[in-house]
Amino acid sequence: MTTSVFDNIDALKKELLRCMKCGNCMAACPIYNIEKKESSVARGKIALGEIALSSEDIKIDDETLVKLLFNCLVCKSCMMACPSQVRFDRIILGLRAAIAKKKGIPFVKKAIFGMLKNPELFDKGMKAFAVMQGLFLKEQQEKRRTPKGFMKTLGKRFDENFVIPELSKESFRDKVSEVITVKYSKCKALFFTGCSVNYLFPEVGEDLIYVLQKNNVSIVTPKRQNCCGMPVMVHGDIDTARELARKNIDVFEQSDCDYIITVCGSCGSALKTEYPIILEGDSNYEEKAKKWAEKTYDISTFLLKVINFEPPKGKLNLKVTYHDSCHLKKSMKVFAEPREIIKKIPGVTLLEMKKPDACCGSGGSYHLTHPETSLKIASSKAEDIKSTTAQAVCTGCPACMMELFESLHRANAQCDVIHTISLLSKSYKEEEKGNV
Amino acid sequence: MIDSTFINKCKNIFGAENVLTDKAELITYSYDATPGIPREIPGVVVFPENTKQIQELIFLARQTKTPIYPRGAGTCLSGGPVPLSKGVVVSFQKMNKILEIDADNLTATVQPGVIISDLNAAVSKFGLIYPPDPGSMATATVGGSVAENSGGLRGLKYGVTKHYIMGMEVVMPTGEIFRFGGKTVKNVTAYDFTNLFVGSEGTLGIITEIICKLIPAPKYRKAMIAFFEKLEDAGKTVTDIVRAHVIPATLEIMDKVTIQTVENYAKVGLPTDVEALLLIEVDGMGKDSVEWEAEKCIEVIGKNNGKYKIAETDAERDALWAARRAALPALAQVKPSTILEDATVPRTKIVDMLISIQNIAKKYNLLIGTFGHAGDGNLHPTILIDPTNKDEMERLHKAVDEIFESALSLGGTLSGEHGIGIAKLKYLKNEIGRSGVETMRRIKQALDPDNILNPGKLVPMED
Repeated sequence: MTTSVFDNIDALKKELLRCMKCGNCMAACPIYNIEKKESSVARGKIALGEIALSSEDIKIDDETLVKLLFNCLVCKSCMMACPSQVRFDRIILGLRAAIAKKKGIPFVKKAIFGMLKNPELFDKGMKAFAVMQGLFLKEQQEKRRTPKGFMKTLGKRFDENFVIPELSKESFRDKVSEVITVKYSKCKALFFTGCSVNYLFPEVGEDLIYVLQKNNVSIVTPKRQNCCGMPVMVHGDIDTARELARKNIDVFEQSDCDYIITVCGSCGSALKTEYPIILEGDSNYEEKAKKWAEKTYDISTFLLKVINFEPPKGKLNLKVTYHDSCHLKKSMKVFAEPREIIKKIPGVTLLEMKKPDACCGSGGSYHLTHPETSLKIASSKAEDIKSTTAQAVCTGCPACMMELFESLHRANAQCDVIHTISLLSKSYKEEEKGNV
Repeated sequence: MIDSTFINKCKNIFGAENVLTDKAELITYSYDATPGIPREIPGVVVFPENTKQIQELIFLARQTKTPIYPRGAGTCLSGGPVPLSKGVVVSFQKMNKILEIDADNLTATVQPGVIISDLNAAVSKFGLIYPPDPGSMATATVGGSVAENSGGLRGLKYGVTKHYIMGMEVVMPTGEIFRFGGKTVKNVTAYDFTNLFVGSEGTLGIITEIICKLIPAPKYRKAMIAFFEKLEDAGKTVTDIVRAHVIPATLEIMDKVTIQTVENYAKVGLPTDVEALLLIEVDGMGKDSVEWEAEKCIEVIGKNNGKYKIAETDAERDALWAARRAALPALAQVKPSTILEDATVPRTKIVDMLISIQNIAKKYNLLIGTFGHAGDGNLHPTILIDPTNKDEMERLHKAVDEIFESALSLGGTLSGEHGIGIAKLKYLKNEIGRSGVETMRRIKQALDPDNILNPGKLVPMED
């Protein structure tokens, strides 16, 4: 794998060279839009990379430089605006990998990432935390929790307005049968749940299973599937990301499935876009990664383009707006399909918000590590949603759901957050009740 | 020079949160969008929030003879904001308020950090536009574009930045705050300072407030694309359209290299066997007049052996524009780096200039795609290069020298819209002569006796 940007400085430098410094990325970058500093945006980070990799002026492990290179949501918005098609996703991950190589991974991160590699241990940890969540988070109405005690001292994010969905004590994969075979099976799909659905939004998983069964698709939900690796990849821990990717590919290989379905923009993007990149040059896995990338679909694309799903007839009477998850739109290029599905649901009106594809401010752990910027991005998203007067905001990514859940709460908005698949499932259920 | 005392004083003036001193932060202010020019890391970066702070900075800089480099969004294509002698970079990103939109006087008063497209979005609510539309308008600031006198795609019909600036507030290099111009269409009081400061590239004063002229947004438009087998026919179409008394809002040209590259990359359905294409858009307030203008254009295209497609719907218009928008991205795909020039000639010399660029490309064995604003003679020869290839870089520099030489010999100019800055400083004398350079020096010395404002740009202080 000597030719990849993660292992070879010259390959990384070559990627940097494509940037003309035109500055078009500034119009697209959510962080720049708040902070107004050159270092916030892709162009600035590329300039830092150029100097750190090819001169003695500054070192790649310089304290400020590291801080600046981690001030990126990896939302890929800049790539949509770039006239030279600079592959900034590779660049930022490559630079972070170079930092990790020089500096090592900080102890706390290493401990967490180490746990991710071991699904049993990770699962035990998440469940233990679910049992203990009362120690850190006090219960609120409707399965929400908000910080208490020392949690509040952990940073700006954890004030009394912070809310998070209650962690489920029983994970989704514990509850669901590993193999569900339908009578007139059109095909067999592997459900890659992702961690957020598994522990935080099991109902999204349940809705997906329900919708697929309705549409005569057999489903395999392997218990041994791992974290997709995106959270460690963005921290530059490329070794762990590769290990997770290989383990997941092994699970796919054993599954005997025709397709992989995701309900999370980030997981889908990992499987479809990132695995082939990080496994480039891996003689055992490169081809397999490419093969499974082609078979990976976001649920909305799968329903519309792969199986030509049966539109629901149940009437909902709901005004919704749709938020484009960055990884779903900018990485998986899925934005038309969810809207098409929403429009097919009887009684649902889709009201577009001002900038539906503006980042929600989450960026995975970014919202914890950079609360001030993230909160400002999130609040402008919440205002855009509010001004549509929609009763619910739909999206295709649990990470966005979490962020929207919190930012709408902070903005005092009477607006639910719902995954597109759950909206669809609701309509099917109304249909069963005869409410058409 | 910049030491800890200087930085502490900056923190007192601007507040610690508006002063950057870490090396990594400073590195990101060492460049603009200009390829192939020197970079330098500034001593400190400050973000003013009001005019008073800038005045205090000027007093401080005068005492210590510290150079000041104003910066908008850093999308400049001639090196304007690059801090050549270290010093202080003044970023206007936080002075970005639209102070007033006066729809009845057709003006907007703005702070320099307002983004051009944000200004347009704000005035569109009144059915108005601010016409200057440089390619970077989604990022570039009004202040930066005033300092550089930027152009854009609509130059032929609507003019450039200088035609839309009615007055300003400037902090002079000696520290006085000076306001001139205003909301009146007519104003002949004193020298025409507006025209002195527009395009002064930050060398004569720091612009802190700008009164912009607005116009009603055209209600109708019609776009078409025309293909030509001979470059001469395309060139003649450009002049014949104007001769027919039609002034299109857009009259863009793309040469064969650009067309082929665009088609290869974006697959927008362009014929690859033609020598040139023109993208033409006419607009106006009356449906009939726009139709009449479009018909005239079609007549001219036909007479000059061109084939055309006309856009009947917005979607078709977008499809035509997609080809033009893809020009730079497509060219940028071919090689790791692109050098975009903006040599400009009188409209009637477009063909001569295109041919001369093709010859230069051949002579130096370089790949040059040319596109640009044919209607106003402003071409963008785009040279595709690999900066790590030393031999190619040498040939590039020679080719650029020759491109400027031929633009001047055709009665043109070194720069239509990018500015002189550092990038074209060495060519300046070739266009304005010794007396021109001397005049510029005298103006610079009279207004900025300490040479602290953006030194090393636009005005060659030594021979």
